Amino acid sequence: MKFPKLDTENLKKENSAQVPMIERREFLRMGLIITGVFAGGTILSAVPHMNKVFASSRETAGKYPYKPHYSMVIRQDRCIDCERCLEACIITNDVPDYGYRTAILQREVPDAVGQKREFIPVLCNQCNNPPCVRACPVKATYKDKQTGIVMMDYTKCIGCKVCVMACPYNARYFNEERHSIDKCNFCFDTRLSKGESLTACAAACPAGVRVFGDLSDPGSNVYGLVHQIEKPVWVLRPEVGAKPNVFYMKG
Amino acid sequence: MPDDSKSLRVSEIVKDVTRSFDSTVATTWYSNILEFLSGSRSFYVLLILSGILIFTSAMSGVYAMNMGYRHAYGVTREISWGILISTYIFFVVTSTGLCIVSSIGHVFGVRDFMPIAKRTVFLAIVTILAGFTVIFFDVENPLRMAVYNAISPNLTSNIWWMGTLYGAYMVFMIVEFILLLLGSHKYAMYSGLLGLLSGIAAHSNLGAIFGMLHGREYWYGPYMPIYFIASAMASGCAAIIFFTYLGYKVNNEMMDKPMERSLEAVARLCTLMVAVIIFFTAWKIITGLVAAPGKVEAIKAMLSGPYSLNFWVFEVLAGMVAPFFLLLRSRGKNINMMFIASALMITGIFIMRYDLVVVGQIVPSHHELGVIDSPSLLPYSPSLYEIMIVLGGMGIVAVSFLIGERIFKGHKSEVH
Repeated sequence: MKFPKLDTENLKKENSAQVPMIERREFLRMGLIITGVFAGGTILSAVPHMNKVFASSRETAGKYPYKPHYSMVIRQDRCIDCERCLEACIITNDVPDYGYRTAILQREVPDAVGQKREFIPVLCNQCNNPPCVRACPVKATYKDKQTGIVMMDYTKCIGCKVCVMACPYNARYFNEERHSIDKCNFCFDTRLSKGESLTACAAACPAGVRVFGDLSDPGSNVYGLVHQIEKPVWVLRPEVGAKPNVFYMKG
Repeated sequence: MPDDSKSLRVSEIVKDVTRSFDSTVATTWYSNILEFLSGSRSFYVLLILSGILIFTSAMSGVYAMNMGYRHAYGVTREISWGILISTYIFFVVTSTGLCIVSSIGHVFGVRDFMPIAKRTVFLAIVTILAGFTVIFFDVENPLRMAVYNAISPNLTSNIWWMGTLYGAYMVFMIVEFILLLLGSHKYAMYSGLLGLLSGIAAHSNLGAIFGMLHGREYWYGPYMPIYFIASAMASGCAAIIFFTYLGYKVNNEMMDKPMERSLEAVARLCTLMVAVIIFFTAWKIITGLVAAPGKVEAIKAMLSGPYSLNFWVFEVLAGMVAPFFLLLRSRGKNINMMFIASALMITGIFIMRYDLVVVGQIVPSHHELGVIDSPSLLPYSPSLYEIMIVLGGMGIVAVSFLIGERIFKGHKSEVH
């Protein structure tokens, strides 16, 4: 009997360096899930959100072209729907009763264990890739070069409402008194430009739901919340690709 | 001819134009007006009715403007574009289609399409004017639009391109019509070509307004601009058959052989374009059923929800299936059958535009969040003011058509 001669000199090594990255991730994920089960489910609950964490905050992390790069983190589970933020917005920005710049959506999960209802504050997401700005025919809405806030020039707006159609977040309405589309501008004209550091809604919130600040400043609260990876951070409708500057998290 | 380009000099055009104006137009127009005044009674009844319609619509429009569109119209924050936008689209789709179909004859030289040219170009101008009138009452600040479109253009905006190109289109079409009247066919051809190019660019931009809204999955994608051009040709063919038939009735004349042949060609093209629309619609529905949840909801609203009557009866039956078989059976010869087919198509296409605009907005933007206190499908129904303005747009087409038939003597043109 003849055995084939093995070329032992040039045999491929079969150590862990040959395992593809995807296999490693799968293994790691499996490990995380198993550990999660034994750790009382706390880690388990984070696992399904791992993708979201990286999809949202990682994507924009470190890329903040504006100075200050205004941003808001909404700690969703803290909201109790007291609506003080809405009231403050209406008073500060002279918002008529038929419109709103910010709202609180309610979501109900009837088959949930324990708490069945949650509140989701929404406002203009001041997107980095704003669909409304691209669509406006006369540059009446634009991305402010310094702060990144999506602003309105009330005198230019022709009222075609294409920006309302373009917005994935329903953040715009036509204001009759101003003869123009109106929207949240992080209180730029009413507060920030006058030296205030918070928007009216953030200042009014008793539960610290709305954390407002400069995302390009590593010392700011928003930076800390967006850049941590222990708790999931997400954005609304990420599939649109508008790259919002309003982030959501729990805890 | 190598000398063609040289002969395009402005001075020559002016000379040419003034010469023909002196000799023919001034005198014939004068006699035309006299002739116009001696029309039949039913003609005047129709004319006066359409006139009254335009007047009441204009009153409604001005009243709505004073009251504020928020109060006068049925549109809301969530459904910001209603029947006025869809009617605008309906009119400009028809105009573009008329331009495209007429260009087959006098731009590309297909003889069978030549006899319909003058009426078609005239109607293209009339329908775009009707469209502009309707959208004038939808845009909140139309006067600002004229100013800032010029001094603050956003070149990434489809609306900017559409508005600008349609402006150019209208000018080219008017120049073309005047040149056709004067018999300067060579220059009319150039103007027609420019009109065609700007019209197609403008119209595909209108489709792209919807197709490039990346937050609206119902519309997003390259489908819209392509579909808009295809459906424009169907609309244009239907409008040609419809108005040519009526034109001969208004003038109480019989069609001559070239005109009959021409309509036969249009009917054939129309059948083909209806088939294209059927194809497009079928695939829109089929792909829509395996799309993002928001789009699936909207498609279901059309198939079996609140828009199913609009879809199945108006879009599918009146707009596609019935005209397809009527046109096939008519074989381009049975003019009455063709007329019915075209009338059905125009009705169906009107509803098609309405559904296209409204159904794209009925699913709330936060649909996937499972938000309560907002209906799963948002409601919209046009208000009386909106309907009046739509009727006014139709009145403009009717009055201009009737007057045009008289003044331009049935838009006769010699085959050249």
